[in-house]
Amino acid sequence: MEMQSQQKSTNYWSLLLIGVFKENAIFRLAISLCPAIAVTTGLKTGTLMGIAVVFVTVMVNITVSAIRAFIHPKIRIPVFMLIISGWVTVADLSMAAFARDAYKQMGLYIQLIVAFASILTRAEVFASKRSVVPSFFDGIGSGIGFMFALICISFFRELLGKGALWGVDIIHAKPLLIMLLPTGGFIATGILMGFFNWIDIRFYGGKGAGGAGGH
Amino acid sequence: MDKEFMKLFEIFIASALINNFVFTRFLGLCIFFGVTKKVETAVGMSITFTSVMMVSAALSWLVFNYIMVPLDLTFLKIVIFIGIIASFVQASDTIMRKISPGLYYKLGVYLALISTNCIILAVPLINAGDKYNFIEAITLGLGSGLGFALALIIMASIREKLELANVPRPFQGLPIAFVTTGLIALAFLGFSGIITQ
Repeated sequence: MEMQSQQKSTNYWSLLLIGVFKENAIFRLAISLCPAIAVTTGLKTGTLMGIAVVFVTVMVNITVSAIRAFIHPKIRIPVFMLIISGWVTVADLSMAAFARDAYKQMGLYIQLIVAFASILTRAEVFASKRSVVPSFFDGIGSGIGFMFALICISFFRELLGKGALWGVDIIHAKPLLIMLLPTGGFIATGILMGFFNWIDIRFYGGKGAGGAGGH
Repeated sequence: MDKEFMKLFEIFIASALINNFVFTRFLGLCIFFGVTKKVETAVGMSITFTSVMMVSAALSWLVFNYIMVPLDLTFLKIVIFIGIIASFVQASDTIMRKISPGLYYKLGVYLALISTNCIILAVPLINAGDKYNFIEAITLGLGSGLGFALALIIMASIREKLELANVPRPFQGLPIAFVTTGLIALAFLGFSGIITQ
């Protein structure tokens, strides 16, 4: 059953880079979009959400990879879901205990990490076939890619919408309130996605046109 | 009685228009962008979604209030709701295939996509968080489902036209869809004044 470890799997650095840039969950694959807009009104909530996702992705990848020999292929998806929801519960309860103020704003979205396609995809395509160490790096790469996207979006939204970063005032002018509204989230994400497509077309000769938009 | 009806009506309007899942709560975006390329698929998806949402709201309400609360298991709500929804979707998939193959042929594809969707999971979580009673929980499910259907159909009609538009290459596909959604969301902001509490 176990796949022979390919040349690639030893190169942990490239595993990380793929997750962050080439297969960035939000800008390139366009999956797990919901929190990208919901929690990015401030840099702080965006980063916290990112940390929670990195934690869950890494732990799920490690768990799945560690017990992959015992999972029957026919029931693998329910088992993955169970593992994911277990780790999300851990993240949810710890967040509720240690970051109370932020949790009040984003509690529902932390719980909904369960439904992230990006985590299930990593478990299915990667962790269920490889050993623990590459899975760990794959999890970190995909988690950090997600966090990077959240930080990009929330950076612009907080800077333009409140004139502040991490709660500290920077621009002392009348802020653009629209960036804090839902509208701003959609438009900021759209423009950043277009920007990353442009980079892809301009420098890597890609086809542009972001992911197919799976769920 | 009248007051209760008013409250139900408020929940319905609030969940369908004011707190529209797509435009103000940002849930189900993945499905939203995935299936809105054609009006036909959007309609199929809306029907499936609304019905699954109502039934799962009812089922999870019963489990939450009659099993989890007495046994003090509420901290496991994420795991249990996912289990309920996944098994209900799987069951209805099988039943539909046996009883009505025609309907299954039309809507079965969407059913498979639903089981782990955030929007379906959000309804039971919101119900549990806001401590709604049984009827209110179902109303929330219905309202959210119809609100989602409205969003899907509006977006699908726009995107069919967008196919013909001359969009700069980096913005083709999803980026322009995002910007469009932003503009619709701005319009939906107008509903927020309907109910003042």
